Amino acid sequence: MSRSSSLRGAVAIVGIGDTEVGKLPGRGATELTIDAGARALRDASIDKSAIDGLITSNSMVDPHMYHAEMVAEAMQIFPRYCMTLAAGGATSFAAIHHAASAIATGLCETVLISSADNLRTGLTREQAMVQQSSTGHPQFEAPYGAPVPVSYAFIAQAHMHQFGTTPEQLAAVAVTTRRHASLNPNAEKRGLIDIGDVLESRLIADPLHLLDCSLVSDGGSAVVVTSAERAVDHPERPVYLLGAGEGHSHEHISAAKSLVSSAAAESGERAYAMAGLTPKDVDFAELYDCFTPVVLIELEDLGFCAKGEGGPYVEAGHTALGGRLPTNTHGGLLSHTHPGNPGSMFALTEAVMQLRGDAGARQVEGAEVGLVHAQGGILSSHCTLLLGRDAS
Amino acid sequence: MSAASGKPAPRPTVETQPYWDGCRSGELRLQRCAACEHVQFPPRRFCASCLTADLRWESASGRGRIRTFSVVRHPISLAFAAEVPYVVALVELDEGPTIMAGIRGCQIEDVEIGLAVEVEFEQRSDEIYLPYFHPC
Ligand SMILES: [Zn+2]
Repeated sequence: MSRSSSLRGAVAIVGIGDTEVGKLPGRGATELTIDAGARALRDASIDKSAIDGLITSNSMVDPHMYHAEMVAEAMQIFPRYCMTLAAGGATSFAAIHHAASAIATGLCETVLISSADNLRTGLTREQAMVQQSSTGHPQFEAPYGAPVPVSYAFIAQAHMHQFGTTPEQLAAVAVTTRRHASLNPNAEKRGLIDIGDVLESRLIADPLHLLDCSLVSDGGSAVVVTSAERAVDHPERPVYLLGAGEGHSHEHISAAKSLVSSAAAESGERAYAMAGLTPKDVDFAELYDCFTPVVLIELEDLGFCAKGEGGPYVEAGHTALGGRLPTNTHGGLLSHTHPGNPGSMFALTEAVMQLRGDAGARQVEGAEVGLVHAQGGILSSHCTLLLGRDAS
Repeated sequence: MSAASGKPAPRPTVETQPYWDGCRSGELRLQRCAACEHVQFPPRRFCASCLTADLRWESASGRGRIRTFSVVRHPISLAFAAEVPYVVALVELDEGPTIMAGIRGCQIEDVEIGLAVEVEFEQRSDEIYLPYFHPC
């Protein structure tokens, strides 16, 4: 057994919890983190005293120097493994990677991962400005007045130039995702849209329209991870971690070596290698869709289609429920919810629901293996997880 | 740090002061590593390629090509509201590094990937002159 395969099947997700999402005036980031955590503990049917590991991600609205310690104090849990993790949008899945490593090496046995923020109602004007420009280099990017969507527009424009990707193909990502959200009673945006609606929505940064951009939300989500041995004691069907991998390539978009490929190729390869699986084994995917072009690049880099073929792949319906690779079955960041760093947690809890067979009207028939991928920054940090109904 | 316009003005550091001094005198400067010849941007104390600290400042051609671009339709702040729509691009300099900058001096419809551009400088504050590019 190679070292990289040592996590395969070693841990399982045994509890999940999502808070309400959308516009939640009067709710704070900290109590949403605790709310999500408490829901995940209830779902796992365990007492908080069983939690000996805690991973959180800092809030943008209500940041704390010792965020995980603050949450532990507020929940009165006393972990022996306690970490605040920051990898932008990739934080949630990197947290699973770290939790699995900690459990496998005996640092702790059962980890609560909880993450929440209230970007929709909680930001002051100044905080919103800081958030908009936080990914840009303060001296060499921020002075040009380019909000976050511009960096993703750069990627879209390069992809269109190099591969002939069309605005209609980008729009097809948003349309397919919305159709899935219409089947999710918890999604913020459930009204069906068509290609024309996306192309006629306000241009934000060419070629991206408003409906190519994800939501800004309040909300939180949590999971409980434990060893495979302990997982069998839980009433809900455990969902096993089969593979995990990360890739990190740059901080600022102006330092990206490629504008059309990403370190998702590396994180994916590492996750597939650990799991002993290939893209053909994947029954559904939950990909990071902060902006529509990212989904195309992820489909390509994760091996679901050839480089440059992401647009035609989505246009052909392969990512729709009933298609070859149902993708973002809950509605993603585009239509379900996007409270910032916690956003990808909702993709994780969705993947668990799919693998439990609990996804209702949006259930992927016979789902055995799911891939979840998230990225942070501007295609900067990547984490891929492969999850399964069975431990191997 | 804001200029009178309300737009953000860079705050130079020990590492970047010579770069901003160059911009102020109408010259785009890059660092070249004496040990490995690597040319780098943004300015740093160490060579990002070989991690030695023997970096020399040199004057760049100020020319490059548009690697990608977008048109900002929705301004980041009120300070930029009067300027929308405006073009922001990644420009690959002839010397190799990529720099983010605004594109001026042409119709928005004429901006395209591969377009050859040349640097100009806009005064942002008393101290800061910011590189922009126009077609050459
Ligand atoms: Zn060097």
